[in-house]
Amino acid sequence: MNETDLRRLSAGADELSAAAAEGLADRAIASRLLDIAVGSVDSPIGRLTVAVTPRGLARLAFEDEDFEGVLAELARVLSPRILRSMSATQSWRRELEEFFDAKRTRFDLPVDRRLIHGLQRDVLNATRRVPYGRVATYGEIAQRIGRPRAARVVGRALGANGSLTGYGGGIERKARLLELEGSLIGL
Amino acid sequence: MIALDDDMAARISREGIGGPAPEPPVEPVRASLPPFQDFVELHRVTVYRFLLVAVGARDADDCFQETFLSALRAYPRLHDGEHLDRWILRIASRKAIDQHRRRAASPEPTAELPVTSADEPPHDGPLDGLLWKAVRGLPPRQRHAVVLRHVLDRSYPDIAEAMGSSEEAARANVYQGVKKLRELIA
Repeated sequence: MNETDLRRLSAGADELSAAAAEGLADRAIASRLLDIAVGSVDSPIGRLTVAVTPRGLARLAFEDEDFEGVLAELARVLSPRILRSMSATQSWRRELEEFFDAKRTRFDLPVDRRLIHGLQRDVLNATRRVPYGRVATYGEIAQRIGRPRAARVVGRALGANGSLTGYGGGIERKARLLELEGSLIGL
Repeated sequence: MIALDDDMAARISREGIGGPAPEPPVEPVRASLPPFQDFVELHRVTVYRFLLVAVGARDADDCFQETFLSALRAYPRLHDGEHLDRWILRIASRKAIDQHRRRAASPEPTAELPVTSADEPPHDGPLDGLLWKAVRGLPPRQRHAVVLRHVLDRSYPDIAEAMGSSEEAARANVYQGVKKLRELIA
C-alpha cells in the first residue's frame, strides 16, 4: 500500500458535499440558527436576489449589483448567519414571479425595514402609497414628505447610488417596470 | 487551542490571559466576518472528504450537517483571523467521534464496527474496496489521524489541533495506523 492510495477514498466529495450543503439551511432554520436566507428569481428586469429574514424581505438586489458585496453588507449590518435557501425564500420568489406575470399588483408578504433609514424611509413610505399603474413626480413625493423643495433629494434617495436616474436599478429597469404597470406606452 | 467554541475561550480572546484588557476592542468582534455561506463554500469539500473516510458514506451527510450547524451556532462570536480551517476540522472530528460512539452503543453483532457496502464511499476497483475495509477497521483515533495526514495532507500541528491531542500523539496515531494498513495490504 502507498499512502497516496488513501486519497482516492475521498473521491466524489465535491458533488456529495454540495448536495449535503443544500440540506443545511433547512436544518439551520429548524434549529433557529439562520438569520438570513438568500435565494434568486428570474424576471424581465434580470435575475433578482432576495434576502429574507424572520421579519420579512430585507434586501432585493439586481443582477448587476456586486453579489458578494450585497451579502457582505448584510453580514456586517444584520448578521453573518447567512445561507442560500430556495425553500426559505420560496414565498417571496413566488410573489415576485406573480408580479412580473402581471397577476399581482401588490405584495402581501412582510418587509424587514432595518436596512432603510432616514429620508429614504420617508420617501419609500410615500412612494408605496402611489397606486399600482399610477405615477407621481419627485416634486409631488417631496410635498408628501413635508419637504416641498426637495425634489432632487427625493430622486437621489430613490436612486440609492446617488445618481439622478431616480431608481436604484437604473433607468431601463424603471421603464420596464412602468411598462409592466401600464403607465408607459410605446417603448 | 486557537478556535473559540465556548464562553471562556471567548472571554480569554477578548480580555487576554491575565485579566481584562485596559480598553475595549475598537471594532465589534464580528465586524469582518464573511457570510456563513462563504465559509461553507470554502470548507465543505475538505470537511466532507474527512468525514467520508472517517465515518463512512452512510453517516457522512448527517455528520457534515451537524458539523456546520455547530459552526453556525458559534460563528458570530468568532474573531477575524481565527484558524478557521483547523477550527472546522476540530468540530468535524468531534462529530465523527460522537458518531462512532453512537454506532458502538447500538446493538451490533460484533464489537468491531461492521463494514457494509452502505458505509463505503464510491470508489474504483477491488484494491480500493480492500483499502476501505482496512481503514474502516482501524480504531477511530488512528483512522482520523491517518485521514487528516494522508487524505487531507495536514501537518502534525494541524492534526493535533483538530484532534485535541498533543503533536506526539498525532504522530503516533498516524504511524500506528499506517503500519496496520501496510500489514493488511501489501
